Amino acid sequence: MASTKEIRTKIKSIGNTRKITKAMEMVAASKMRRAQDRMLASQPYADRIRSVIGHLANARPEYEPIYMRVRPAYRVGYIIVSSDRGLCGGLNNNLFKATIESMLEWRNKNVEVDLCLIGQKAESFFKRVGGQIVGHVSHLGDSPQMNDLIGTVKVMLDAYSEGRIDRLFIVSNKFINTMTQEATVQQLLPFPPADEMVREYQWDYLYEPDPHYLLDLLSMRYVEAQVYQSVVENIASEQAARMVAMKAASDNAEDLIGELKLIYNKARQAAITQELSEIISGAAAV
Amino acid sequence: MSTVKTIQVDIVSAEKALFSGRAESLVATAIYGEVGILPNHAPLLAELKPGEVRVKINENTTEIFYISGGMLEVQPDSVTVLADTAERAKDLDEAQALKAKQRAEQILHEKHTDFDYAKARAEIAMAAAQLRAIQKLRDKH
Repeated sequence: MASTKEIRTKIKSIGNTRKITKAMEMVAASKMRRAQDRMLASQPYADRIRSVIGHLANARPEYEPIYMRVRPAYRVGYIIVSSDRGLCGGLNNNLFKATIESMLEWRNKNVEVDLCLIGQKAESFFKRVGGQIVGHVSHLGDSPQMNDLIGTVKVMLDAYSEGRIDRLFIVSNKFINTMTQEATVQQLLPFPPADEMVREYQWDYLYEPDPHYLLDLLSMRYVEAQVYQSVVENIASEQAARMVAMKAASDNAEDLIGELKLIYNKARQAAITQELSEIISGAAAV
Repeated sequence: MSTVKTIQVDIVSAEKALFSGRAESLVATAIYGEVGILPNHAPLLAELKPGEVRVKINENTTEIFYISGGMLEVQPDSVTVLADTAERAKDLDEAQALKAKQRAEQILHEKHTDFDYAKARAEIAMAAAQLRAIQKLRDKH
């Protein structure tokens, strides 16, 4: 049996670990709340653009922007949104799993895949396993700015409009609730035209400058907004996953400490018993 | 009670909503000059230059927002300003894209580019197995 001193040190060190995991849990909880707020705040922009695009597409059926045109796929692009840090359970792993399943499907059809990575975890994963990486950004922090994402998105948008890729997907974690985050693969481009709106009469905007230019610009902004939304949602998911993982870790530390205390007390008692019996047998011998 | 007509004004950016409420009129800087929007304006879609958006909420209050470009959508009863969150210019965007590419090339430099499906799957399987093992350990307690 381990000496009582050894056990005591161990209990102390686990106690310290628990303090850290507990703190991380609380930090993650508050960060999650803020990330959720940001998630909601970025929603109206995308919604609004979507409805304008929907109307434009309906009012101008003769012009189909490149972002809506469906063409045969020879090469596809993926934007993979991962977290920068670990200690968040299986969050990133589930994401990569979903990515690879989806990539395999294309590969079986002999379609090449280009990758655009957001976040450190994706970087280190694809560094190890390989892949055609065309764009990368990481260290976005807890409150990412649209500015940080523009470059990465533009790489893919350019590739799409120049015909180098024919589909664009985004893989990210959807925040369902605190306990559940779901890795989803979502098609960004080409995006489907909005459903026909019910209108009593046909109307159209006045344009400044011309509608084609505006429609392209809107489409671009829409894709950017969606990527931004995914990044923010992924952060909320990350914090939620971390909160749950750290809570589990704290609970485990608690259990371990309980068990170790039991062992410690037993060891202590054994030592006392032994000492007593030594004294008694010593006394008896005299 | 005054019977001044008002319109619903929403100013949103990709990052957050900046303003939402009723207003009497709105003035924004479109690409060809300033446009003033009053209730029952014809549907309009315009690109906005970097500049200010003035929202006249009532006789005494006017709120001013500075935006770095964006889009203006007008419906007879509502106005939406889709503000860009950052300075946007073609060459600036170009530079950003170049940076993203460079970062990617840096990664590519350090490793082979052929995607190894087998290795990727093996890695994920391993990580999943570790997680499962941890789960089992936890359940035992």
